[in-house]
Amino acid sequence: MLITCPYCGPRDVSEFSYQGDGNRTRPDPASTDQAAWNAYVYDRINTAGDHKEIWQHSGGCRSHLAVTRSTLTHKISHVAFARGGLASVRPAGRDHGDHA
Amino acid sequence: MSPRRGNTAGRVDRTRTIRFSFDGKSLTGHAGDTLASALLANGISLVARSFKYHRPRGVLTAGIDEPSALVTVLKGEEREPNVPATMLEIYDGLVVVSQNRFPSLAVDVGAVNGLAGKAISAGFYYKTFMGPVIGPLKGTRFWMVCEHFIRRAAGLGSAGTAPDSSRYERMYAFCDVLVVGSGPAGLMAAKAASEGGARVILAELDSRFGGSANWSGETIDSLPAADWAADTVRDLSGRENVRLLPRTTVWGYYDSNGLAALERVTDHKEKPGKGEPRHRHWSIRAGTVVLATGAFERPLVFPGNDRPGVMLASAAQRYAAEFGVLPGEKIAVFANNDGAYAAAKTLRDSGAAITAIVDVRADISAEARAIASAVGGHLLLRHAVVATEGGKHVSGIKVQGFDLASRRLTGEARHLDADCLIVSGGWSPVIHLASQAGAAPKWDETLQAFLPPEPAQNWIGAGSFNGRFTTAEALAEGLSAGLRAAGGNGHPEAVPEVEHAAPFSEPAPVFEIPAKGKAFVDLQHDVTAEDVRLAHREGFISVEHLKRYTTLGMATDQGKTSNVPGLAIMADALGKPVAEVGTTRFRPPFASVSIGALAAERYGDIKPERLTPMHDWHVAQGAKMYAAGLWYRPQIYGKPGETVEQAYVRETKTVREIAGIVDVSTLGKIAVQGPDAATLLDRVYTNMFSTLAVNKARYGLMLREEGIAFDDGTTWRLGEHDFLMTTTTANAGKVMQHLEYYLDVVWPDLKVHVTSVTDQWAGAAIAGPKAREILATCVTGTAVDNATLPFMGIVSGEIAGVPVKICRLSFSGEMAFEVYCGAGHGTHVWEALVEAGKPFGMVPYGLEALGTLRIEKGHVTGAEIDGRTTASDLHLDWMLSKKKPFIGSNMLGREGLVAGDRLRLVGLISLDNRPLNGGAHIVEQVDEANPRHSIGHITAVCYSPALGKYIGLALVKGGKSRHGTRAFISDPLRKRFGPVEIVSHHFFDPEGSRMHG
Repeated sequence: MLITCPYCGPRDVSEFSYQGDGNRTRPDPASTDQAAWNAYVYDRINTAGDHKEIWQHSGGCRSHLAVTRSTLTHKISHVAFARGGLASVRPAGRDHGDHA
Repeated sequence: MSPRRGNTAGRVDRTRTIRFSFDGKSLTGHAGDTLASALLANGISLVARSFKYHRPRGVLTAGIDEPSALVTVLKGEEREPNVPATMLEIYDGLVVVSQNRFPSLAVDVGAVNGLAGKAISAGFYYKTFMGPVIGPLKGTRFWMVCEHFIRRAAGLGSAGTAPDSSRYERMYAFCDVLVVGSGPAGLMAAKAASEGGARVILAELDSRFGGSANWSGETIDSLPAADWAADTVRDLSGRENVRLLPRTTVWGYYDSNGLAALERVTDHKEKPGKGEPRHRHWSIRAGTVVLATGAFERPLVFPGNDRPGVMLASAAQRYAAEFGVLPGEKIAVFANNDGAYAAAKTLRDSGAAITAIVDVRADISAEARAIASAVGGHLLLRHAVVATEGGKHVSGIKVQGFDLASRRLTGEARHLDADCLIVSGGWSPVIHLASQAGAAPKWDETLQAFLPPEPAQNWIGAGSFNGRFTTAEALAEGLSAGLRAAGGNGHPEAVPEVEHAAPFSEPAPVFEIPAKGKAFVDLQHDVTAEDVRLAHREGFISVEHLKRYTTLGMATDQGKTSNVPGLAIMADALGKPVAEVGTTRFRPPFASVSIGALAAERYGDIKPERLTPMHDWHVAQGAKMYAAGLWYRPQIYGKPGETVEQAYVRETKTVREIAGIVDVSTLGKIAVQGPDAATLLDRVYTNMFSTLAVNKARYGLMLREEGIAFDDGTTWRLGEHDFLMTTTTANAGKVMQHLEYYLDVVWPDLKVHVTSVTDQWAGAAIAGPKAREILATCVTGTAVDNATLPFMGIVSGEIAGVPVKICRLSFSGEMAFEVYCGAGHGTHVWEALVEAGKPFGMVPYGLEALGTLRIEKGHVTGAEIDGRTTASDLHLDWMLSKKKPFIGSNMLGREGLVAGDRLRLVGLISLDNRPLNGGAHIVEQVDEANPRHSIGHITAVCYSPALGKYIGLALVKGGKSRHGTRAFISDPLRKRFGPVEIVSHHFFDPEGSRMHG
């Protein structure tokens, strides 16, 4: 698998570490809504298909990326900085198995 | 009547004689021969004994699909089993022995297994597990009795026990276009792509490039196809942007066009060249892959189809044309398609007689008919071979009428003379890599074959791989694939013209001839057509189950010749079309891969070592070093004759009475800097850090989101916006990642930067009643008295001319200081401290003493913060701030985390004066024979010099409520049982007067 890091370019997956589901939202720190915290910590949608997930480029620039990856094909359709705001990249087809 | 050299030269160099031995017999061959071709040239057709039934087996194929002719190569003490003779190039001094026979190939006592065939049919192993009841032996016990004999009798070659002396290496490669296979399609693709400027790698599993061009007998661009291929390869080898990899099997197709290949660099050489590895493992990242992997011919399934002398038609053609070897003198042909007719012609031209062509079809093409009449022999249409005759070699065949529509035999069987039977049951494209790359193959009813799926990755197929079986189609598809793969940058050129093309037709849909007798589907695992039907009768209806139950296709050849016939027979039993039965997904590796190549230089102790700046000093002082994760730390500084326990007791006592010094450089250290640094710390620690004064340190506890304790350590405030966080040695990396995650993903608005500085600081802790006095003698630029350096205070000064930070904190319960300096000065400062301590009698101490000191104080480490305990389990609830939320604060009050029966930290005292064991269970009532009802377990143990007793820390249900009660340890594995008293975990100086003093 190749992940196109917005800083470093296309890199082998062995340079990255998986940091969990990217679909969850952390409740407000002061929130005491147990259901919301429970959902944040434990509930996962287990998508068959495009899935947003967080990967850290731990063997590179160490930034966290929000990666949209198909759990069926490993095809990566979108990569952006997890913190948002900054530039996001859509990987070029030839690096990610899009058939020309 | 036996195989021999034919009268065509082939591509073998007959001027060079190669000497080798097979089962102790000295033989000769020529340069360019494989073991299979050389054995056949020597008249040897009995090459192996089969897996279960020990049936005589010969050479079925001429390539990597070989199921039968497996041999063991000997090199000194080393042996490599299960090498296909068809892939083994001979060299001077090659020593080969046959497998699975006793005492010899010709006389094999194991052949009686053949008589017991019913007993070892499909599912034999599973049935044995379930087991008949024979006296006291039932089920698995029956299996255990049988196993010894079965393992001896059934099997392939045995692996050697001598260490592998060969060298292996790994390579990484990147290319625009990887072409897999160098037949006409692959060569055209490589040519076209490289002309377009692409960086091309061309991988061919054989020693020769060219594939079928080497033996087809066709003409390409007015040249013999083999010469056209050789010219093309010469042209490619001169191009800078082309890398040619012969003897290289691409065996794995992974995500994002990552491919794995094995190059057999020196297996064909007597001695490797200087610096050459035996095998080279290639990890290739390719922009586009051109799959030109060709097709495997399929055998037909009929009784006696495994007898030596039965060979695939294309293999026989290849031996004659490429190696100049005839597999027989009087050759019969059995086919369901036109392809075998070209083989008959080549064999006839090389000097063999064709005695008969047996074809299940009623009609054949005019072309095929013309060849049949030209090669002579009977042409028997609407006929099938129903048996082979002979002992260890074919001496004749039996044929019978066959009706294609009903697939029934008609008339009477009759005998025909033949010393070789060549067979063609159609062709199966080699779609393994495409299947690995991610989609299900499709059954093509016309071609009677699985065709490649739609690409799920960036590959383009060409030639036979696509079911385009003629050379003209292969050349055209190769050219087009090469152009596309190079991004359309090439100049379209004319497709080379093919003359004298071999006839081709779709095969008749016949896989098996319904005659009585053992008819093999998988020759390597001895799976018969009847086994497949038996599996069906016993209820195995999916192909996945069929495969596992019969072990069809699960041998070293992975069913290259057997998968499709096996599926077809299964489909027939189910009464379904093959398309509905489907096929199993191919998985890597495509062919056997040496473990050595995967490991390459990574063997022995391969983990990196982390050494502290003072490592050499410790070793020079006789410290016994101990692996703590990747770190090496002194366990004890033993004196001659001291046991480990004596050493750590001495070190611990010295710390309590005078002082000791310990290397703490391994602690994780993270610089947390920025205007929001204090805010971040307030959020990740359970306690407050924003209130911490500059030049003060505080002990902190981190939780995970779900409220479980994660890590602990002290954090020092060096400036308003500048903190130095320390973590446990084991969690340094995890804590760093934890902080980075929250800063980057959850709180990107915080202005904080975190930097791992573990390796930048050297650290030494000095502990003991004399610690302050010792420091005072060597520190300049600051006082270290109680007013200047109170408990948890930080000062900057110098030791031996080196700037240091000193923090007064204690893990041992004694008056203690941690001294940090730049890593490069570590030994210098350490030595100065040791020198300063000498007059006082200070000693260095290791991990054992460090552990003993902390157990006596009841401090927790990773043994207690084990990923299951909460702050309150560890009596650290006083650290949970009520004034602010922190990571984990919202989840730690959940029912299960505050339940009264949770395991909580206690101290233990051994009441039988024997050592305790970490990991031992605690029980209320000991029952050695039937250990049960654990109320907890021991996490850490030591001999406590302060108490004069063996003590330990434990996590026990009820915690404090059991203080003062008696329990027992129950450790059946180590046979340690005995009484303990449960006490407070604060064994020593619970008020902390010593460290505050």
